[in-house]
Amino acid sequence: MKSVNVKNLTITLGEGSKAVTILPNVSFSVEPGECFGLVGESGSGKSTILRCMSLLFKQWEGEIRLGNQSVRDMPLIERCRTLQMVFQDPYGSLHPRQSVRTVLSEPLRIHKLDRQKERMERAITEVGLPVEFLDRYPHQLSGGQRQRVAIARALILEPSILLLDEPTSALDVSVQAEILNLLADLRARKGFTYLMVSHDLAVVDYMCDRFAVMQAGDIVEILSRDMLEGNKATHPYARQLIDASLEYDSAI
Amino acid sequence: MTGEHILDVRKLSVGYRSDGGYIDAVRNVSFKLGREKLGIVGESGSGKSTIGRALLRLLPTARITAESIRFEELDLLNISEREMLKVRGRRMSMILQDPKFSLNPIRRVGDQISEAYLTHFKCAKADARAKTIDMLQAVQIRDPERVYDLYPHEVSGGMGQRIMIAMMLLTDPDVVIADEPTSALDVTVRLQVLNILDRLVSERGIGLIMISHDLNLVRNFCDRVLIMYAGQVVESLKAPELSNAQHPYTQGLLAAQPRIGGGRTPLKVLDRRPEWKEPLEVQA
Repeated sequence: MKSVNVKNLTITLGEGSKAVTILPNVSFSVEPGECFGLVGESGSGKSTILRCMSLLFKQWEGEIRLGNQSVRDMPLIERCRTLQMVFQDPYGSLHPRQSVRTVLSEPLRIHKLDRQKERMERAITEVGLPVEFLDRYPHQLSGGQRQRVAIARALILEPSILLLDEPTSALDVSVQAEILNLLADLRARKGFTYLMVSHDLAVVDYMCDRFAVMQAGDIVEILSRDMLEGNKATHPYARQLIDASLEYDSAI
Repeated sequence: MTGEHILDVRKLSVGYRSDGGYIDAVRNVSFKLGREKLGIVGESGSGKSTIGRALLRLLPTARITAESIRFEELDLLNISEREMLKVRGRRMSMILQDPKFSLNPIRRVGDQISEAYLTHFKCAKADARAKTIDMLQAVQIRDPERVYDLYPHEVSGGMGQRIMIAMMLLTDPDVVIADEPTSALDVTVRLQVLNILDRLVSERGIGLIMISHDLNLVRNFCDRVLIMYAGQVVESLKAPELSNAQHPYTQGLLAAQPRIGGGRTPLKVLDRRPEWKEPLEVQA
């Protein structure tokens, strides 16, 4: 288990007159083993934070610490074994011409890990798929199964921090339930630290302990999960967002 | 339900061609639509979008069979494509899921909206423009004159979807099919767009078919709901009575939905049963 500390994270994309500051100055911290949510409307910079943390964007300033190490100082191999990411769209995030076995064995080969067959079988069973699925290609899997493979790919290097970028927004309710259960169960068994981006507050309420409400790149408020009910937020935008979600949710 | 039925579909089946035959994506679906809001829910692949497309005859390679599809005075099964052109976009139109992909990226949005009008009505371009600007106002776009001249990449998702709604309602259709109109939008914007759609549909007495996988949305927004599984309608309910659903699939869908303040017990997962796929008859 590792904590995450983000301090004064700033990123500007584009150059010259077209430069846009996506994140002006973001700071937050996540306890080891916590599930921390990031919510906000599209374009508010939720996914950008995850992309900065995983160094998919490199031009940011500020500091991101995983445990007591800065993410920039970590060697690539160590970073990948600490932090893994699951992307939003399971249809786009798997290579269409690589079998599940290829997808899962590549990280093992890069990291020169032993007992490859055993590790692959364990990863695929952990996400609730039969071992025979190793020989399938993405087009032979449903959306939920693909997302399970993407989770297995993230788990196979045994990271301690998982970044989840809207892991269920492309899935149906029934399949979403399966994936959320799986993520909750994995966290209970293995003690991951989750950072989860979502725009569905019901999902955030189910998964997260605390969450940050973002607007135009700023974190306007950090709330704990029990402040959702009855809307105990203070910032006007956070209140508006929670009100809209409660209204939407109210019929059930 | 008010007035007579605008649309009456009996035993609609749609088959897609696959190697050596047809696979039925929709089987024996019957429903009637009055001037009301009808929701069709189901998971991906259950055939809900296929119904919408089949009604507009947008599936040239599929095999569409039915006892009858009556739309006002027309028999949609047997009319020619030439006549269908007068129906499609004029008397029956469709709002698609993602405005980013359904608008032409290299034409101004206003021109695309007035094109919908000019295709069906003989009038001067200036009149169509005026109509369009009125319609943009009706979907609560501020400063419609400016928005008229924007390109699709210059508008936000919520605005794009309102533009689509404007385009589809401009010809004053009798039936609008909305295929996941808000699933690409944020919660806050989603409610706005839904309220606009709701108001326009009620004011103009349009029959709306709302295709969605979102139970919350359908139950808040529609009058009646059809629940589809594996190409069949398994249940038809009034929206407020959705929680009294009888079919195990509907019950499963309701239980799988996380809700705010709903606790942390594992979510119920669907236990799919083969007998759900067996032919059944639901009249709606």
